[in-house]
Amino acid sequence: MSMRTPLARVRGLGSAKKGTEHFWLQRITAIANIPLTVFLVATLVVHAGADYQTMRAFLAQPIVSIVFLLLIASAVWHMRLGLQVVIEDYVSSEGRKLLAIMANNFASIIVAVTCALAVLRIALS
Amino acid sequence: MAQQDNASRPLSPHIQIYRWTLTMILSILHRATGVALYAGTGLLAWWLLAVATGPEAYAQVQAVSSHWLGRAVLFGYSWALFHHMFGGIRHFIWDTGRGFDLKMVEVLARIATIIPLVLTVVAWFLAYSYLGVFS
Repeated sequence: MSMRTPLARVRGLGSAKKGTEHFWLQRITAIANIPLTVFLVATLVVHAGADYQTMRAFLAQPIVSIVFLLLIASAVWHMRLGLQVVIEDYVSSEGRKLLAIMANNFASIIVAVTCALAVLRIALS
Repeated sequence: MAQQDNASRPLSPHIQIYRWTLTMILSILHRATGVALYAGTGLLAWWLLAVATGPEAYAQVQAVSSHWLGRAVLFGYSWALFHHMFGGIRHFIWDTGRGFDLKMVEVLARIATIIPLVLTVVAWFLAYSYLGVFS
């Protein structure tokens, strides 16, 4: 039995005070994702079976590179927020939850940096 | 202390107890497609890296994406994108406080089921015509 008072035990265990920010950013990225993913799908559809030079030349255009960078930022941010909610819903153990959320953040950053670097290499070389 | 509380607490019924409804299926699918799309960004990264790397790497992507299994994954990916998008638009309508009455909920559910399927088929039809399959 702990000697700490009930108040001391619950302090810091409540809301993280970030709920509104999470909700809002989730919606903003969701709105941004609509035109950005439509552009991605259209790009893939139009370039079905395209050879290497055609594909690379298309992606190297400044406007296309910019849209892809925006897509990566918005989509990765959105998926990071979304999976965090899934983790919080299903992983009840505090320790494993923390590890899962950390892994989610790492995975998101890795995907974002990888995609962004690839787009920049295509755009700037 | 927490364990004692758990022992006597009644459990809420889990999904297998309920009759399946379209709204329930869509709720589950929205989350499932979201998680699937998370994995799908790995494919996006692979494709972009391949274009950045060179013709050999790009040829590998093309080999996988023209195999029937790779194509099935891409088909699922495109459907998941459209499905999650329209599920999200449905949530935006709800965010404004509209569309909560039973009739509207059913109408929106049907729209959010059918349009993504149609768009997926249209996108693939267009992709195959760009591939020159129909000409």
